[in-house]
Amino acid sequence: MARVKREKTLGQIFMNGIVEENPILVLMIGLCPLLAVSGTANDAFGMGVATIFVLVCSNLLVSLVRNFIPPQIRIPIFIVIISSFVTVVDLTMHGFQPELYKNLGIFVPLIVVNCMILGRSEAFAFRHGPVRALVDGLGMGIGFILVITTLGAIREILGNGTITLFNTELLNLGENYKPALLFIMPPGGFLTIGFLMALKKKLSKAA
Amino acid sequence: MNSIDPGTLFFAAIFTNNILLTNFLGLCPYLAISRDLRSASGLGVAVVFVMSCTAVLNHLIYHHILVPYDLEHFRYIVFIIVIASFVQLVEMTVERYFPALYMVLGIFLPLITVNCAILGASLFMVIREYTLVQAAVYGAGSGIGWMLAISLVGAIREKIEKSGGLPKGLEGPAITLIITGMLSLAFIAFSGMIQIQ
Repeated sequence: MARVKREKTLGQIFMNGIVEENPILVLMIGLCPLLAVSGTANDAFGMGVATIFVLVCSNLLVSLVRNFIPPQIRIPIFIVIISSFVTVVDLTMHGFQPELYKNLGIFVPLIVVNCMILGRSEAFAFRHGPVRALVDGLGMGIGFILVITTLGAIREILGNGTITLFNTELLNLGENYKPALLFIMPPGGFLTIGFLMALKKKLSKAA
Repeated sequence: MNSIDPGTLFFAAIFTNNILLTNFLGLCPYLAISRDLRSASGLGVAVVFVMSCTAVLNHLIYHHILVPYDLEHFRYIVFIIVIASFVQLVEMTVERYFPALYMVLGIFLPLITVNCAILGASLFMVIREYTLVQAAVYGAGSGIGWMLAISLVGAIREKIEKSGGLPKGLEGPAITLIITGMLSLAFIAFSGMIQIQ
C-alpha cells in the first residue's frame, strides 16, 4: 500500500492496543467485567476470550457498513451490532461451556455495555477500513485479556492459594498457605487493579 | 417468584448489595466523573431517576411482550434500546421544560446510556424473577446506592486533591480504585444485616 499520508502500520496498530493505549491500564475503559469476573484466572481468561470475539467481530462489521450508516444514528446501530454478537456468545457459551457460563453469569450479557467495545467502534472502526479495524480489535482484545488474566491470577493466588487456567491447576501453594479471602471478594479486586495501574504508570514513566 | 419483602429489598440494594461496590457495575462513569462532589452527585441523581424508570419499563416489556411471544433471547437488544431511547426522551423533555435542571444534569444524561449499572439492574431483575413492585424498589435502591458510592468517593477525592502529597504513580484512577476498595470493605460490614442472593 503506497499511501502518502503517514498512517500507522498494521503492526503499530496491533501493539498500540497492547501497550500504549492498553484499554484497561491506560484508557481505563471496560472495567466492570474486568473486576467482576477476575476472581480466578480461569474465569478471567474465559471472559477475555468472549470479549475478544465480540470486539473483533463488531469492529469488523462496523467498519464494513460504515459508509451506509447515517452519522446521527451511529451509536444505536453500534449497540445493536454489538448486542447481536453478544447474543451469539451468550448462546454458544451456554451450550458448550455451561460451567464457565454459570460463573460469569450476568457479565456475559453485560458485554453489550462494555464501553471498550462501543469506544473502539466509535473511535476506530467507524473511521478505518476493515483490515485495520480487525487488527485494532485484536490488539485491544489481547491487551484486555493480558490484564484480566494477570489480575485473575494475582487474586486467585492471594485469595485461594492456587492458579487455575484452562481448567487445570498450574500452581498450588499447598496446605500451609492461609488464603487472604479478601482478594476473592470485591474489595480485593478494586485494591489489586488500583495498585496495578499505579505500577504501570510508574513503569511507563521510567521507560 | 422471589418473595422478598420490598422494604428489605430496597435497603439491601443500597447497602448490602450495592451495585457498584459489590457488583462492580457502572465503573467507567464512576471513575471519570468523581473528581468533585458536585458533579458526582449530579450524575448520581440522573442515574437514580433513569434506573428507577427503566427497571419498571423493562419489567413491563419483558413480561408483557417478550415472554408471551417467546422472544426472551432478544432481551439484551430490547433492554438496551429501551434504555437508550428513554435517556434520549428524558434529555429532550428536560431541555424543553426544565431548563434549570438541564443546566445541572444535561451533560450527564448522554453518559447514562453506557452506564452498565442501568442495564445490570434490568438484567438482575429478570434473573431473580422480581415482581413489578420488587423491580421498582430494586431499581430505585440500586440507583440510590450508586449515587451514595459516587458521592462518597467524589468527596474523598476532592479532599485528597486539596491536601496533596500523593505519590505520582497513585494519582488519578489508581487512588480512586484503592479508595473504592476500602469503601467496599466498609460496606461488607453491612452484609450481616440482610442478604439477598
